[in-house]
Amino acid sequence: MKVAETRRQTVIQTESLQFFYDSYHALKNINLKFEEQKITALIGPSGCGKSTFLRTINRMNDLIPGVRTEGAIWIGDENITDTSIDPVELRKKVGMVFQHASVFPFSIYENIAYGPRIHGENNKTVLDNIVEENLRSAALWDEVKDQLHQSATGLSGGQQQRLTIARTLATKPSILLMDEPTSALDPISTAKVEELIQTLKAQYTIVIVTHNMQQAARISDFTAFFLNGEVKEYGQTDKIFNEPVFSETKDYIAGKFG
Amino acid sequence: MSAKSTDRLATAGLYVIVGMIITVLAGLLGFVFVQGIPQLSWQFITSPPQVFKEGGGVGPQLFNSFYLLVLTLIISIPIAIGAGIYLAEYAKDNWFIRCIRVLIEVLSSLPSIVVGLFGFLFFVLYMGWGFSIISGAFALSVFNLPLLVRVVEQSISNVPKSQREAGWALGFSKWETITTIILPAALPGIVTGVILASGRVFGEAAALIYTAGMSTPIIDFTNWNPLSPTSPLNPFRPAETMAVHIWKINGEGIMPDASAISDGAAALLIISILFFNFTSRLIGNVLFKKMSAN
Repeated sequence: MKVAETRRQTVIQTESLQFFYDSYHALKNINLKFEEQKITALIGPSGCGKSTFLRTINRMNDLIPGVRTEGAIWIGDENITDTSIDPVELRKKVGMVFQHASVFPFSIYENIAYGPRIHGENNKTVLDNIVEENLRSAALWDEVKDQLHQSATGLSGGQQQRLTIARTLATKPSILLMDEPTSALDPISTAKVEELIQTLKAQYTIVIVTHNMQQAARISDFTAFFLNGEVKEYGQTDKIFNEPVFSETKDYIAGKFG
Repeated sequence: MSAKSTDRLATAGLYVIVGMIITVLAGLLGFVFVQGIPQLSWQFITSPPQVFKEGGGVGPQLFNSFYLLVLTLIISIPIAIGAGIYLAEYAKDNWFIRCIRVLIEVLSSLPSIVVGLFGFLFFVLYMGWGFSIISGAFALSVFNLPLLVRVVEQSISNVPKSQREAGWALGFSKWETITTIILPAALPGIVTGVILASGRVFGEAAALIYTAGMSTPIIDFTNWNPLSPTSPLNPFRPAETMAVHIWKINGEGIMPDASAISDGAAALLIISILFFNFTSRLIGNVLFKKMSAN
């Protein structure tokens, strides 16, 4: 059955999503579907609402006073904008990686073990395994395995970013939101993080905000172009980059504005 | 004048200012130590003072200073951390909170003698605690809280927002984020604040004259039952501290070696502050490791 199949593949679906900062209408009628184990890139000029949109998916915006959300965001069969949904529980399932790697001023080991421990895991062996497994997933294990108990703040920027990815993976999310994860990194670190994102696709549904057009073209399966709080164009990345429907999309990708 | 020579002049000016500050500090400390350290002996540190004779010590006063400090910190640190967390993380920016901030500023600039007289009226008389360590500890808490609250609030506010977001994004509740990420990250700042506040407690005399009193009953250092009137731990006994003792013997000391004792006590007071400074930094480091790791 076709309906059942689309339902299985679509992990996140927004329905007429509106978002307001006080009276400012930041997101206007967003209808998007994100597919399982695919990477969707959100692109658009600064202030177009792409980060705001990303933050509605794990309800990080709830922490800003004076905001209001309308419409629905379905994750599986739950509408997560519903007040009965506990955002703290939601964020365990929907992980987020930020632009600036905000490692905690603790050891590398603790940065990863922290989430699972706060969520109730106290067995040392289990925590050791979680740390190793997630550092391996984040392609960081070989670089740091001999210094697990040293401070994480001594790592390079790229290593720190991969550490925050490992930390996010350790809470076992099924969806990963990434807000410009490489914009503060040098080209070599960027390449490593991009490679990592590609391998994570096998297990996670990934939504990534990026200002880097080449990055969006390289790593994503789908691309949504945001403009002035609306989704101007959405489709397969190849199509958006090669045959965009709207002239604005074409101009933005070509670097004429933004 | 060229930018380069202005730069040189400014740098030279700053060096002169720093040099002046260091000279004054070194001169002061040097004077106190040169005068005081020869007076120090085990007997001086441990034995009680003499009223008429030579050879008295400052043992009880030294103990009182530390005990009063510990009690003050036990009272004021939890309140300051609670208030600091509230102001930094929960308080909205409205007129009520602005009023509270102004009140804290006013309270922090209150002269200590006024705090002492308030302590006398409220803790000593109204609460009926008499001249006692507990009255002194509460008065000093009143005296200390504004500074501590401000330092705690500032240390918490200085933790970057990205750390909070990282905690929330990992599915920590607001409270879990505060207690497990923000407080450990703010701890070095908080420890510095506690050390600053403790220095003031150690050196404070005016607020204590009317609250902890200017006398120490005969106490028995082998009796550690806090309810016994001769126990050093009894919080309801009067307790003269080092700073009060220095002030008192300089004004009305009739023992022949009063000035030697006051010199020794001053040096001992500074050494105690340094000692407390180092140990609390050490404790802060251990605490940070404990809070941030297993």
